[in-house]
Amino acid sequence: MNVTIVDYNSGNISSVINSFTEVAKGTVNLEVTSDLKKIKSSDKVVLPGQGSFKSCIDALNSINGLTDTLSEFVMIDKKPLFGICVGLQMFANVGYEETETKGLGWIPGKVSKIDNKNGRYKLPHIGWNQINIVKDSKIFKDIENNSHMYFVHSYEFIPEDKNVISATTDYSSNIVCSVEKENIFGTQFHPEKSDKIGLKIIENFMRL
Amino acid sequence: MLKNRIIPCLDVKNGRVVKGINFVDLKDAGDPVEQAKIYSDGGADEICFLDITASNENRETIYDVVKETSKKCFVPLTVGGGVRSVEDINKLLNCGADKVSINTAAVQNPSVVEESSKKFGSQCIVVAIDAKKNGNTWEIFTHGGRKETGINAIEFALKMEKSGAGELLVTSMDKDGTQSGYDIELMKTISESVNIPVIASGGVGTLDHLVDGIKSGASAVLAASIFHYGTYSVNEAKQYLASKDIPVRI
Repeated sequence: MNVTIVDYNSGNISSVINSFTEVAKGTVNLEVTSDLKKIKSSDKVVLPGQGSFKSCIDALNSINGLTDTLSEFVMIDKKPLFGICVGLQMFANVGYEETETKGLGWIPGKVSKIDNKNGRYKLPHIGWNQINIVKDSKIFKDIENNSHMYFVHSYEFIPEDKNVISATTDYSSNIVCSVEKENIFGTQFHPEKSDKIGLKIIENFMRL
Repeated sequence: MLKNRIIPCLDVKNGRVVKGINFVDLKDAGDPVEQAKIYSDGGADEICFLDITASNENRETIYDVVKETSKKCFVPLTVGGGVRSVEDINKLLNCGADKVSINTAAVQNPSVVEESSKKFGSQCIVVAIDAKKNGNTWEIFTHGGRKETGINAIEFALKMEKSGAGELLVTSMDKDGTQSGYDIELMKTISESVNIPVIASGGVGTLDHLVDGIKSGASAVLAASIFHYGTYSVNEAKQYLASKDIPVRI
């Protein structure tokens, strides 16, 4: 099994690498690369993302052929991809962080700023929050409802089709924190920073 | 519901924990990696390292500590102390730190905060504010609390929020080391002034102090000695907060 973590200068991905390495423990061949050939031939791809929606999309676009390769991997080859944080947000058609930016468009929807209810809620939404699992998702195998996950974000993904939502979390409003659409998986929270329970989600993805 | 965070902090000097306690089953009380692992296994919501290495030639030691810790602890890791430039931040993040806290450099050269939050995202930029009461307000200090600046702490907090800080780590210099509790007025004033999360620090001696810190409006409470010296475990602290109806992750 070959799993590739896409390294496209999207900020700090060492924690993602460390956690996947811990779970892989020699049983899975883990690559961290932006090499298009290696991505194409992988069984699974992990798309991390830190910083703003715009900076991540710009970083993807600055590597020639990367977005096309990823889109082909997901939409044509239908192989599993896991987006984390902004990695998930980029599934949308459009994001509004910094400026209006076109997303990958794999799951129709938009990414907008969390409503802080006139300053009553602090942003970023940082810390451990519980997830409400709203549909059976393969990456939630053996994960209990209301488990705590680690979040850090100020923007939220609002998909058009609510059926793709696999979990939400309560902050200033009900925030989408996990999606599953066929072979596309994503979490707004950071499984790589969510201790043992987060590693379990990573393991579930690796075992798909 | 978002839970309040408890963050144990370890002082690290030349790659070793300063005044670490010898926990049961701990092979090496001075090993920051082992100490951090004990904290994260015990339910710490995040781990914080404060590098107090004085000499420049030993500054590299913290990078190895961060590298090793991030391979074993899968909760967020914040590293601060001696961070001067965007390059320092980059290096710590590449070693596996999730957040970097900036103190003196944020005062001397606020563009470090602006540039780094643009480059790496606000989520990993923590500005550490060391404040001391001065009349009716607070003044910030730099260089580990040794140097006064004449800068008003509240104004500085607002400026840092604007510059892109994701969180503020607020330490009361009057309270730090006294074990007499946080400077509640300071925490309350800053929490109410900014819209980003505040981490309260400096002065914890009892579990009630942690409760007071959260009630002051801080999103997280940081403590060193009470955990360090084994007075309380992180889990005991959390159970106590929960018994006082403060939402924590257990």
